Amino acid sequence: MEVLGIGLALLVLFVGFGVLIGILFGFFGMGGSFLVTPALIVMGYPTRVAVGSGLAFVFGTSVIGALRHRSLGQVDYKLAALMTVSVTAGIEAGKTVVLTLESMGLADTVISVAYVGLLGLVGAFVVYDSRGSSDDEDADAADDEESPGLFSGIRLPPMVSLMGAPSVSLWVILTVGLVVGVLAGFLGVGGGFLLMPAMMYGFGVPAAVAVGTDILQITISGGVGSFLYAQSGGVDLSIVAPLLAGSALGARIGTAATSLVDEDGIKIYFGLMLVGGAVAVAVRQVGNNYGLDVLNTVSLVIIVGSAVLVSGAVVYNSVRELRHRRVEQQQSSA
Amino acid sequence: MFGIEALSGSMQAVVLVGLVLSEAIALYVGYGGLVRLVGPTVVNALGGE
Repeated sequence: MEVLGIGLALLVLFVGFGVLIGILFGFFGMGGSFLVTPALIVMGYPTRVAVGSGLAFVFGTSVIGALRHRSLGQVDYKLAALMTVSVTAGIEAGKTVVLTLESMGLADTVISVAYVGLLGLVGAFVVYDSRGSSDDEDADAADDEESPGLFSGIRLPPMVSLMGAPSVSLWVILTVGLVVGVLAGFLGVGGGFLLMPAMMYGFGVPAAVAVGTDILQITISGGVGSFLYAQSGGVDLSIVAPLLAGSALGARIGTAATSLVDEDGIKIYFGLMLVGGAVAVAVRQVGNNYGLDVLNTVSLVIIVGSAVLVSGAVVYNSVRELRHRRVEQQQSSA
Repeated sequence: MFGIEALSGSMQAVVLVGLVLSEAIALYVGYGGLVRLVGPTVVNALGGE
């Protein structure tokens, strides 16, 4: 039986995987796309389709995020507009590289290697950050007060004044946007993991403004990227629609869990999951090189399994906390 | 599938992005209503009530 042009089993897999990704994104606030493109590559989709569909998924997810945050929105529209110009150029460049590599038969290998590096680096950083996070609370509080921004020392005119931050060189903003755009166009990721620290620590923008501007920026770049990839047949709606349906539900669960469970206790597993994603892509590449099909299955099991474990930990701890609170409530009213 | 294959490349891309946008809005509204409707019951059930 086919629904949306794919078999029912695959549809259920995509919806289920979407729920897991949504829980992780809703809870940790990042990584919505980190596992989608690698999973599609591991499943044997052409690189162009994996990256393009990953970007379309990022677009859909960020639209929902933007709708949820619209009332809280502190957005620096000038920064968002400048970023959009450079991010769009970067996406176009990234897409051109992917299509060129595809015509040379190298896209799969190069993007797999890039993903191993990206997931490994970000995963290792999250693990490192989670181990030191409890010690850093005082430092974080100090950072929140007012930070001049690492890039504010670069006074290359013209300078642009930003909301709640010192002025930043236009060229620095455009360069950051270009790097994020290339990553989005090349790997199908939203780039929030790069944009947020760049805006907060690089430009000195307050966290609330960075969150609002980040989500608007990812929505725009996701939309532009989806359009550019869709032009060359790189967006498969039979992948994106069920993934999005699952992730929108999962994100609500993950967001609700943030009020019940302390992120720091689970963050280390999120980091390990990203490292697991890097291992999975590497395993799959080794399998391809040596003609070992079984390694494809192993790598898919690693990706889906680690997502199940970490999102399962979020849900399990939330339910446990919910029950604990209920017992406390009953005891205090007795 | 979805009846958009006959469209030109750019028009097909616009329709695809529009479909993803429409689905996202529909999911936001739909799940929002669902959470309001059954959310408290589910939370109570999970809490062991």
